[in-house]
Amino acid sequence: MKNEGRDISIALRGSFSAAGSVLKKVGILVGKFFYKYRFLWMRIGIALVTLMLAMFLSFLLLELMPADSVDQMAIKLATERRIPFEEARELAISILGYDPDESVFEKFGSYVSNLFRGNLGVSIVNPTINVNSVIAKTLPWTLFISTVSLIISFGLGTLIGAFMAWKRGKAGDAMLTSYIVVSSAIPDYIFAVIILYLFAYQLEWFPQMGAYSIEYEIGFNAEFIGSCIYHAILPIFANVFIQTAGWALLMRGSSVAVMGEDYIWAARTRGVPQRTIIRKYMRKNAILPLIASLALSFAGLFGGSTLMESIFNYPGLGQAFSLYIAQRDYFMIVGILFFESAILVIANLIADSMYSIIDPRIRRSE
Amino acid sequence: METAVVKERSISALGRILKKILGGIAAFFKSIYGNPKSAIGFSIIVLFMIVAIAGSCLPESQIVGMRFEAPSKEHLLGTDHLGRDLLSQLVIGSKDVLAIAFLTGVFTVFIGLVIGLVSGLIGGVVDKVLQMITNLFLSVPSFPVLLVLSTMIVIKDNFTFALILSVWNWAGLARAVRAQIISLKERDFIQICHVMGMNKGRIIFGELMPNIASYIVVNFITIMRGAITGSVGIMFLGLAELDSTNWGTMLYLIFQQGFLFNSRAILYILSPIFCIVLFQLGIVLLANGVDEILNPRLRKN
Repeated sequence: MKNEGRDISIALRGSFSAAGSVLKKVGILVGKFFYKYRFLWMRIGIALVTLMLAMFLSFLLLELMPADSVDQMAIKLATERRIPFEEARELAISILGYDPDESVFEKFGSYVSNLFRGNLGVSIVNPTINVNSVIAKTLPWTLFISTVSLIISFGLGTLIGAFMAWKRGKAGDAMLTSYIVVSSAIPDYIFAVIILYLFAYQLEWFPQMGAYSIEYEIGFNAEFIGSCIYHAILPIFANVFIQTAGWALLMRGSSVAVMGEDYIWAARTRGVPQRTIIRKYMRKNAILPLIASLALSFAGLFGGSTLMESIFNYPGLGQAFSLYIAQRDYFMIVGILFFESAILVIANLIADSMYSIIDPRIRRSE
Repeated sequence: METAVVKERSISALGRILKKILGGIAAFFKSIYGNPKSAIGFSIIVLFMIVAIAGSCLPESQIVGMRFEAPSKEHLLGTDHLGRDLLSQLVIGSKDVLAIAFLTGVFTVFIGLVIGLVSGLIGGVVDKVLQMITNLFLSVPSFPVLLVLSTMIVIKDNFTFALILSVWNWAGLARAVRAQIISLKERDFIQICHVMGMNKGRIIFGELMPNIASYIVVNFITIMRGAITGSVGIMFLGLAELDSTNWGTMLYLIFQQGFLFNSRAILYILSPIFCIVLFQLGIVLLANGVDEILNPRLRKN
C-alpha cells in the first residue's frame, strides 16, 4: 500500500517535472520565435502608425464635407418625429457623435473615441442604419467574390507565366502575350459591361443582378449555395479575366530571372527532367516575390468592387459604398472607407510577414 | 570684327543645339518605329490626337434626326439618344478624355518624382516621414477615395479632374523612384562625381535623371492609362458634371437609362467601349514597346 502511494507520488512528481520541462521548452520556443521573427514587431508598428494616419485622414474628409449636413439631418428628424428643430439638432449630434460647433480638437477626440468603441459611423439619411450593420450585411459577399477571384487568378496566372517563360520567344508565348496586352487594355468594368450585356441580357444564361435567387431558403442547403455560385460566376469571371494577365506578366518576369540562376543550369546538366525543373525548381522560386503583391492585388479587387458590384448589382460592400456616394451620406462613406483601409493595412501586414517568413533572404537584408 | 566672330560663334552654337535637338527627335521616332509594338501604339495615339484636334474645331452638334437612327450616308454611325450624329459626338468627346489623361500624367509624374527624389536624396528623418505618407497613400484604396473626393469637390473642368486623379496616384511612382535613386547613389560613377567635386544640381540633373528617365517615360504612359480608367469610372457613376459627349458619360447614360435593353442602341453602346479600349490598347502597346527600347535588360532577350 505504502509503496503504491509512493509510486503514485513519484509518478505525479515525474509528470509534473515533465510538464514543467515541456512548459519550459514551449517557453523557449516562443521566445525563440519572437526573437527570430523580431522584424515582425517593426512591421506591426508601421501598420499601427499607418492605421492612425488613416484615422486622421478620414477625420479630415469629414471636415471637408458640406457644413450643413448635420442641419439637414436635424430637419429630417424634426419633421419625422414632430419635435422642434433645436431638439432634433441635439438628437442628431448625439446620434452621430459629431458636433460641428465644437473645436477641431474636440471633434477629433470624440471621433477617435467613437472609433475605439467600435462605432464607425451612423447614416445621416436614415439614422437607424450604421456602418457596422452595413458591413456585417455586405462584407461576406465582397470577401467571397474577391478571395475566390484572387485565388483563381493567382493560380492560373502563375501557371501561365511560368509556361510563357519556359516557351519564351515561341508561338505559345506570343499568343499569351497578346492576351495579356488585350486584357490590360480593357478596364475591368468595361469588360464587366460587355459580358453582362452578352451573357445576361442577350443570351440570358446568367442572372442580371443579385447574389442569390429568392426562391430558395437562405441557409446551408444545396439549392441556396448553388444559386450563390450561379450568381457569382459572371463577377468572378470578369475579375479573373483581367487579373490573371497581371499575375502572368509578373510571373513571367520572375521566372525568367530564376531561369538564369545557376541551380537551374546545374539541374539541367544533371539531367533532371524538364517537368521537375519547372515544377520544383523554377515555379516555387519564382512565386516567392509575387506573394508580396498579393495584398496590393487584393486592394485592387476591394477598391474596384465599387464599380464591379454596381454593374452586376451585387449586394456587396462596394455597391453599398456607391449607394451612399450617390446619397452624399458622408458619415457612411468615410466609415466604410476607413474600414476598407484598415483591412488593406492588415492584408499588407500579413502578405509582407508571410513573404519574409517563407523567404529568409528578405529577413536578413533588413 | 570681334562682334562678328562672337555672332558667328553663337549662331554656330545655336545651330549645333538645334541639330542636336532635331537629331534627338529623329532618333526618338526612329527607335519608336523600329519596334513594332511601339510603332502600332504610337500610331493609334497619334490618330486619336488628330481626331481630338479635329474635334475641338467642330461646332456643337445639333439634333439632326430621330433617336437611335440606323447608320446612313450622312450619319456613318447613326444617331444618339437625343438624335444627334453619333460620330461627331465621339469626335468631340475625345479631346476631354485625352486632355484629362495627359494632365493627370504630368501632375502625377511631377508629384511622384519630387517626393521620390527628395526622399531618396536627403534620407534620414525626411525620408522616414515621406515613406510613412507614401505608405498611407498606398494602403487606402485609391478608387473609393477618388469617389469621395469627387463628391466633395465639384468636377467641372479637365484641370480639376486631373488634379483629383493624381492626388491619390503618385505613391507607387514615388516609392519606385526612391528605390532607384538609393541604389544609384551607391554606384561608382555617382561616387566619382562626388569626389570630383561636381555640384549637386549637376549630379541630380546630369547624372541621376538620365538614368531614371526611361522608367519615368514608361510610367507616364501607364499613368495615362490609369487616368482614363479612373476618370471613365468616376463618370460612369455620374460623379463628374461633364459634357454628355464624354465617353464615360455615355457609359453612365447607357446604364442609367436602360439602353442595354434597347437593341437599336447597340452602336451607341459599342462606340464608347470601342474607343476606350482602342486608345488603351495604343497606350499599352506604346508602353511595352518603349520599355523594350529603353530597358537594356529586355533588349538583350
